[in-house]
Amino acid sequence: MPLLTCKDFLRELSDYLDESLEAEIRSKIEAHIAECPNCWVIADTTRKTIKIYKGMEPHSLPADVEGRLMQALERKLAARQR
Amino acid sequence: MPVSSQAGADETILVAQAREGDMQAFSELVRRYENKIFRLAQHITQNREDAEDVLQETFLKAYEHLNQFQGQSKFYTWIVRIAVNQALMKLRRRKTDKSVSLDETIDTGEDTIVREIAAWDEDPEQRFSRDEIGEILDSAIESLEPPYRSVFVLRDIEELSTEETAEALGLSVPAVKSRLLRARLQLREKLTRQFKRKGDDAFAYL
Repeated sequence: MPLLTCKDFLRELSDYLDESLEAEIRSKIEAHIAECPNCWVIADTTRKTIKIYKGMEPHSLPADVEGRLMQALERKLAARQR
Repeated sequence: MPVSSQAGADETILVAQAREGDMQAFSELVRRYENKIFRLAQHITQNREDAEDVLQETFLKAYEHLNQFQGQSKFYTWIVRIAVNQALMKLRRRKTDKSVSLDETIDTGEDTIVREIAAWDEDPEQRFSRDEIGEILDSAIESLEPPYRSVFVLRDIEELSTEETAEALGLSVPAVKSRLLRARLQLREKLTRQFKRKGDDAFAYL
């Protein structure tokens, strides 16, 4: 089985991290990163990048923004019921 | 966290009640998602005033068109699509500003940038406060061009599928994938500068 180059690895990286690759290409990637420390680090830090963003909770709405949102909804409702 | 009587209520029930005109049920839906929709709008428009408009327009439209919501997708996915459309409209209205074009020709070549190769600290939270990490993450996203930013926000923050992202942005699936890869690699690059293990550098592994 032909070995992947680092360039091949980069092209497949997103699908690899999303676990959407077929078994054959997946095992080629795994063979590549087992041998290539740079690509291993890239895979690891890209995975961490995705993970840290996924874990980010949104801030609560500032009170003034929420107040105006609720007012806008109430106006809408009042207009409907008229 | 205080638990109101409706906090755990099944979403399909809330949607059905809201459709019948139950404003309290609709408010509960708004409260569930307002923070996320505002964040999404801020990320895409990069402008607080626009983001607030998008937030209001999204929920007003959702209320108005609630009977068009088929229940085949999740309610959240449905309002995200409304919000993305509103946010993109804001961007197009500002299209004299070159920096916000979503349709600009982008280089999808394979010369993907990888310069910083260094392992990260196991736990960045030991070196940075949560607020500091939040700022680092936000400013890294801000530095992305809009075509990459929108795809990353929908895929990796709002956790839409590739297909849902393609549909929401009017892109092909391969375009979503190639933009996502570039966005992830660019963010990785920026975060590595902050989170790399002390003493590690580009040559540590060579």
